Parts: sequence; C-alpha cells; structure tokens
Amino acid sequence: MSAGGLNLTLHVWRQSGPNKAGKIVDYPATNISPEMSFLEMLDTVNEGLITSGQEPIAFDHDCREGICGSCGVMINGAAHGPMKQTTACQLHMRTFNNGDEIWIEPWRAQAFPVIKDLVVDRGAFDRIIQAGGFISAPTGSPQDANSLPISKLDADEAMDAAACIGCGACVAACPNASASLFTAAKITHLGHLPQGQPERYRRALKMVTQMDLESFGGCTLFGECQEACPKGISIDTIVQMNRDYIVAAANEREEKAEMGAG
Amino acid sequence: MSESLRNDGRVWVPKKKEDCGKKPGEIAEEDRDYYLERKYPSFGNLSPRDIASRAAKEVCDEGRGVGPGGRGVYLDFADAINRLGESAIRERYGNLFEMYARITNENPYKVPMRIYPAVHYTMGGLWVDYNLMSTIPGLHVIGEANFSDHGANRLGASALMQGLADGYFVLPYTVGNYLASAKLAKVTADHPEFKAAVDKVQAMTDKLLSIKGTRTVDSIHRELGNIMWEKCGMARNEKGLKEALELIPKLRDEFWNNVNVPGSGAELNQSLEKAGRVADFLDFAELMVTDALHREESCGGHFREEHQEEGEAKRDDEKFAYAAAWEYAGEGKAPILNKEPLVFDNVHLSTRSYK
Ligand code: SF4
Ligand code: FES
Repeated sequence: MSAGGLNLTLHVWRQSGPNKAGKIVDYPATNISPEMSFLEMLDTVNEGLITSGQEPIAFDHDCREGICGSCGVMINGAAHGPMKQTTACQLHMRTFNNGDEIWIEPWRAQAFPVIKDLVVDRGAFDRIIQAGGFISAPTGSPQDANSLPISKLDADEAMDAAACIGCGACVAACPNASASLFTAAKITHLGHLPQGQPERYRRALKMVTQMDLESFGGCTLFGECQEACPKGISIDTIVQMNRDYIVAAANEREEKAEMGAG
Repeated sequence: MSESLRNDGRVWVPKKKEDCGKKPGEIAEEDRDYYLERKYPSFGNLSPRDIASRAAKEVCDEGRGVGPGGRGVYLDFADAINRLGESAIRERYGNLFEMYARITNENPYKVPMRIYPAVHYTMGGLWVDYNLMSTIPGLHVIGEANFSDHGANRLGASALMQGLADGYFVLPYTVGNYLASAKLAKVTADHPEFKAAVDKVQAMTDKLLSIKGTRTVDSIHRELGNIMWEKCGMARNEKGLKEALELIPKLRDEFWNNVNVPGSGAELNQSLEKAGRVADFLDFAELMVTDALHREESCGGHFREEHQEEGEAKRDDEKFAYAAAWEYAGEGKAPILNKEPLVFDNVHLSTRSYK
C-alpha cells in the first residue's frame, strides 16, 4: 500500500512571540510518506529546517492519538483539517494529493493569544474548569460498586460529553469565537452523573460566568463548533447548559429574595 | 493499539513464510498459526503482555511477520464478530477500531488488524513510602510516576487503576495529613538554595544553546531509543547490556558536544525543552541498563536470556526478592543501590505458568 512520496507546499504562520507581528512563510515538504500523520509531516519539515540552520515551526502536541487535546491547528481553513471527527495528530497525509498547497495557521480567537507560531495559550479553558468543572463529593472510602446505579442512558450521555478533549477547535471554528460547546460538554458530563448533582446548578452558573469573563464571543447556535469538533460533541449539550444555567439563575434570585425577606 | 483488544481478538501469523505477502483472507484456516493459543492453551490470547510481546517478536524474527517491513501479526476479530455480532464489538471497541482505521486506512471489522509490540511505558518509577511521599519531604508522587503498584509486569489499564487508587483512596488522607502536620516555614526567592537552583538551570540552558553542533535533538533521541530497543528491550542479555553501557556514554558525549539546539532562551523554544528531556533520558537510560544488568534473573517484563527454562522467565527469589531503589549520588557518580525486600505473608511466591 506504500505509494510514492508526496511533494507539497506549506504556507505556515510564523510568529516569534506573543506580541510580535506574524506572517505566512512558504516551505516545501518533499517526499512525504502518505502513511505519515500530519504532525509527523511537520516533524520531518522541522528536522530539515534545523539542519539548514533555521528555527523549527512550533506546534503543540502530546499524545498523538487523539485523546489529549493539545494538537490542533487550522489546516486549509478548517480546524484540525478536512477529515471529520479527526484531530490533527490523527489526520494522515494520504488525505492530501501530490502537489497540494497546505495553509497551516494557529487557532484564531481573542481568548487564545498566540504564544509562538502555531502554539496558542488555552489557559482560558483551564480557568473555566477551575470555576466549577469538578465535584467535591468525598471520595475517600471505597463504596460498594453497586451502591450508585446509573442508567445506561445517563451513563452514555455523560460519556459522550466527557469525550471532549479541550482542544479548542469549537472556538476556532465559531464565527463568534464562543466557548459554549466546550463549557457545555463539561457541564453535561458532570450533570448526568449522581456525583455531579450536589453542585449541578452552581456549577453551570460559575462556569458560564467565567466563560463570559474571558474574551470569548456569545453563542448564536451557528453549529460550526459541532462540525469542527473532533470528538463529535453535540450542540444538544448547549441546550442542557442553558437549561441548567436558567435554573441556577432563578435559584439564585430566590435565595437573594429570601435573604432580603428574612 | 490498546491491549484490551486481545479480550476478543485472536492473534495469528501464517504458518509458512511464503504466505506472508498474501491477503489474510486468502490464507486458509489450516495454514494459520494461532501461536498464543498453541503455546499457552489455557490463557491463549490473554497471556500477559511480556509473553505476548516476546512471542510476537519471535514469530516476526522467524520471518513470519506480516505487513510492510514484516513487523506485524494479525489480531483477528472475525470469530468474535460471528459469535457476538458486529454491533457488540463496536460497542466494546468502537473508538479503538476507528483509531486503527485512521492510522492504516483499513477496516478492522473486515480485515484483521496488524499489531506489533511497542514501548509504551516502563515498569518502575520514583520510590515512595506508604503515604506516596518521595524521599523529598512533601513531594508526593502519584499514578504511574511512582513505583509502588507495578512489579515486574504492567497489566492492561494498570496506569488507570493506579491513578484512581492513588487519587481516590490514598492521597486524600496522606496529603491532607502532611499539610496538617508539617510546619511549612515561609521561604523567599533570596534563599541560597533557590539561587543555586536558578543558576544551575540557567547554566544548563546556556550550555545547550551554545553548542550549536550538527546533530538535531531528535536524531540523538532516536539513536538512544534504538540502543534501548535493541539491548534493553523485550529480551536482554549480559553482552548486549554491557554494549549499551559503552554506547550510551558515547552518545551522551556526542549530545553535549555536537547537539544543535536552535533559537534562544528568550521565548518559547520547543527544541530547548526537548533537549533538556533528552539530556535526562541519557542519564536515565544508563540507569535502566545498569539495573537490568544487575538483576541476574528473569522476572516479568525483565527477560534475561540467560535465565530461562523452556523459553519461560526464570526468577531467582533467593537473591532477588527485592525492589531495587537506586539513589542518585551526584553527577558522574555511580548510583547507590537500596534494596527494599519483598515480603509475602499470605500469598507465597510461586512460578507462574500460562500453559
Ligand atoms: S467540544 Fe470538541 S472542539 Fe470543543 S474543545 Fe471539546 S473536543 Fe475540542
Ligand atoms: S496530540 Fe493529543 S490529541 Fe492530538
């Protein structure tokens, strides 16, 4: 199945630091095996750059098996490239044809400032998680495995939402650069499990509030996020997030009213 | 691919070398060698990973490997799909099958997967006490970074198990207890130790950036990996390990004199990060080889060719029933061996057999 090597032209965003001007620079990628992943192709180009005395292209990566969420670049204008539900690390060069031109850029969003070349700072996501993406039920002593039955439906919905790897493609694909799909995935994941119930509404309130504090845009349900998401997170999660948020906001109003009356 | 796949897949290679180039569907049932089932009738495809890995390497070394380069064995789900239906298999392994299809462009529901053992992570880790605290007071080490729950063999999902066990059941008590009982004096950045640490890191960074030789960090990393794979891999012997102990210091010299770390330390520099890691790997690889040479027995993933019985690992419990905790003695000095005896009160040591 080993076809001949591909010869490609890369147009890559180069930016030496956070507040520096960036520009597109062209590089040839020669004799690229179709069996390589997109990141292996970049590795190969980088080896060539270093050997010829140039600085390699900085890009984020870690697991290279689609589970950590650190990779992620715009490839020909699409987050993670042309293949549906596929992270950049799992995209293989057989998707491209000999002679292709490939445009590679970082996520573009105000909330994700460029650190260098293709690497962006996704700290805003961490802060959303810190605001409420956890449970605080004591976990200390081992419980009987059957003491907390969870219906298959709930388990499946929680599991599907938990598949979010925090890559940020949803933000990059959204015309408003909204972080709704990410935040909704986290809220839905915990909100469907018994361990997540005690803080369910407070969680929604806090995470959404933090999301609004970061420089993400608002959600107008374009659905581009769902198309770009490598893990198939559905915008149904956003419906769930909004529902939990409304309940939380109403609860809060009631509490305040009670306190005022008392 | 994840090892959990072996729960339902059957591993085989062609009996005859001549068949290796054929499509798997063209090879008749009687011409297939289900070698794990043949050699280990009671455990078959579920034999532990050190055994399954060595057996895969063995058949490939015999020239019966499949796929480009001949480094592959089939993992076949046809029987499981016939028995349980495709949807049951999809339910169990859908994500892994998808991952495989992306990598190979083949449909594993129709064509058997091709697999080969690869280094994932290694047994062992930082020494910790029962509270999961390392030799540095207050530094707790959890999950696969510590040595505590895995002995000579890692089983499937053991990293997950260890992360959960440490995180759920141990740390909530021990870290809390430490924080409540230890007096943490205020330290400031003008402490002499702080300055010494900063100076040390700065000196190392400057050194790495100043060499500007001809070898990339990746090329040295690959060469080191190759030494470890060949000489301290699934099977090791005294000769190979001694060779590795010659090769690694030479490669370390090459690294410190001829590596090319481009750029400066002023902004994000991924080559510099990688160089720092490879510098550590070079020291660490040497320690792993030293340990493997020292342990004159075979035990799980540590298979010393000199110590086997009918092809199976032969332990020496008289001499080696201990965990070796190597202590860093300073730069350029031989590490010091601390022995932590393995004491078994209820379950007694016996020889495993998967036949
Ligand atoms: S929702 Fe999808 S696209 Fe957004 S961060 Fe999670 S995995 Fe990435
Ligand atoms: S590198 Fe981990 S998801 Fe791509």
